[in-house]
Amino acid sequence: MRLPIYLDYSATTPVDPRVAQKMIPYLTEHFGNPASRSHAFGWKAEEAVEEARAHVAALINADPKDIVWTSGATEGNNLAIKGAANFYKTKGKHLITQKTEHKAVLDTFRELERQGFEATYLEVEDNGIVSLEKFKAAIRPDTILASIMMVNNEIGVIHPVWEMAEICRSKGIIFHCDAVQGAGRVEIDLQKLKVDLLTITAHKIYGPKGIGALYVRRKPRVRIEAQIHGGGHERGFRSGTLATHQIAGFGEAARLAKEEMAADNKRIGALRDRLLARIKDIEEVYVNGDLERRIPHNLNVSFNYVEGESLIMAVKDIAVSSGSACTSASLEPSYVLRALGRSDELAHSSVRLTLGRFTTEEEVDFAADLLRRKVAKLRDLSPLWEMYKEGVDLNSVQWAAH
Amino acid sequence: MAYSDKVIDHYENPRNVGSFDKGDEAVGTGMVGAPACGDVMKLQIRVGPDGRIEDARFKTYGCGSAIASSSLVTEWVKGRTLDEATTIRNTQIAQELSLPPVKIHCSILAEDAIKAAVADYRKKHGAAEREDQKKVA
Repeated sequence: MRLPIYLDYSATTPVDPRVAQKMIPYLTEHFGNPASRSHAFGWKAEEAVEEARAHVAALINADPKDIVWTSGATEGNNLAIKGAANFYKTKGKHLITQKTEHKAVLDTFRELERQGFEATYLEVEDNGIVSLEKFKAAIRPDTILASIMMVNNEIGVIHPVWEMAEICRSKGIIFHCDAVQGAGRVEIDLQKLKVDLLTITAHKIYGPKGIGALYVRRKPRVRIEAQIHGGGHERGFRSGTLATHQIAGFGEAARLAKEEMAADNKRIGALRDRLLARIKDIEEVYVNGDLERRIPHNLNVSFNYVEGESLIMAVKDIAVSSGSACTSASLEPSYVLRALGRSDELAHSSVRLTLGRFTTEEEVDFAADLLRRKVAKLRDLSPLWEMYKEGVDLNSVQWAAH
Repeated sequence: MAYSDKVIDHYENPRNVGSFDKGDEAVGTGMVGAPACGDVMKLQIRVGPDGRIEDARFKTYGCGSAIASSSLVTEWVKGRTLDEATTIRNTQIAQELSLPPVKIHCSILAEDAIKAAVADYRKKHGAAEREDQKKVA
């Protein structure tokens, strides 16, 4: 077993060696520009791009013609949301999203608000999921676009985007779904999932960083305004020379994801359950987010009275992430956990463990044992734990906020 | 984020972890910070008959820098008089531990913890009554 152990698969995944092999010839040998129509170098590259497009489309059961390459999820979300909002702005100016979206969606909404749009940010329930009733209730006659993620990146819960897409379809509202954490983990069938726009990215499914795709439905047709202008690549939605090797890698990653998803999910889910079983009897441990409507890869737990960043430092032999944003300049705890109604202490005490294709049982057991030992050590250091043990109600204490 | 070697040393081998009896007349207790901010420090000093701090203990909920800052000050206050202890400045703590700018608040908290512990001890030993008398006068 090699240390540190990678348990942060929701941040990014390693490139599968099979994917890397597929990419290499397009860097050195078949380096042509896929837009070069006049010679074999270009044709060869174009062939690879189209083969990859078919694989990516197949993963989400879409028409390959509906796939637009992007540089990744941030660009995909920007293109979908700004592109649709700007195209349909004469129809209305109201947009809907929810509070635990990724920043690439939330900040894009903020920008559109600055441009004069009105936005509703839905609250999530205590289990981290947006309720359909609240979603329906937020719709106004002038609503033109809704954007809800399929799977939350911090807590792994699955939102009812299938139902939301139906509602939007029936009301003529454009529906965008950020499915970055869902692709390769949740079965996506765009014949059944009636979204107009859907964002995915390669590096969460064992492909390379720097390449993503936006699904733009043609039947019924959704219109978006391009955000990057130039040579008119990708049906004019996204100009710029295509990165053939990245795209070939994304295609291969998508092909493997489709082939192996069922087996991967089963195995990874069993490992996640094993990990949870080995830590859940620790005192004052809380699972954040719904455990049933959740991808099998994710475990987000709060160890009460232990601060997340110090825990992550203590468990440096496992690579995990903290809900606490203490590592940045901000002292705010995770906005996702706050949106769940978690107390500040619990939000500051959260750790996200995300498992993946290369996680082993031995690694999970090591991680569980390490967490047990370090939580105990840090609680010995924690004045809050001492007060809890003495029976002090921490909410009754007058803290000096700083 | 990369921590300095000194932060890691204090974090992995924290000095003077623990608690004294809060009710002990010789003990001053300072508790600063708030769970909502992600840092709470409890610093306790035990003052000898000669008026010098003979021992100190801490417990901290917070990041590695907060734990290291409090561990460090338990070492620094020992052997000092109360007045000397309150001259410890956050800048000295930050410098000793090479804290990055985003972690300066940890050193400020440690300075506050010393002052709070000293104030608690003084309150137990009559300073508070004198304050009250002043107010009445």
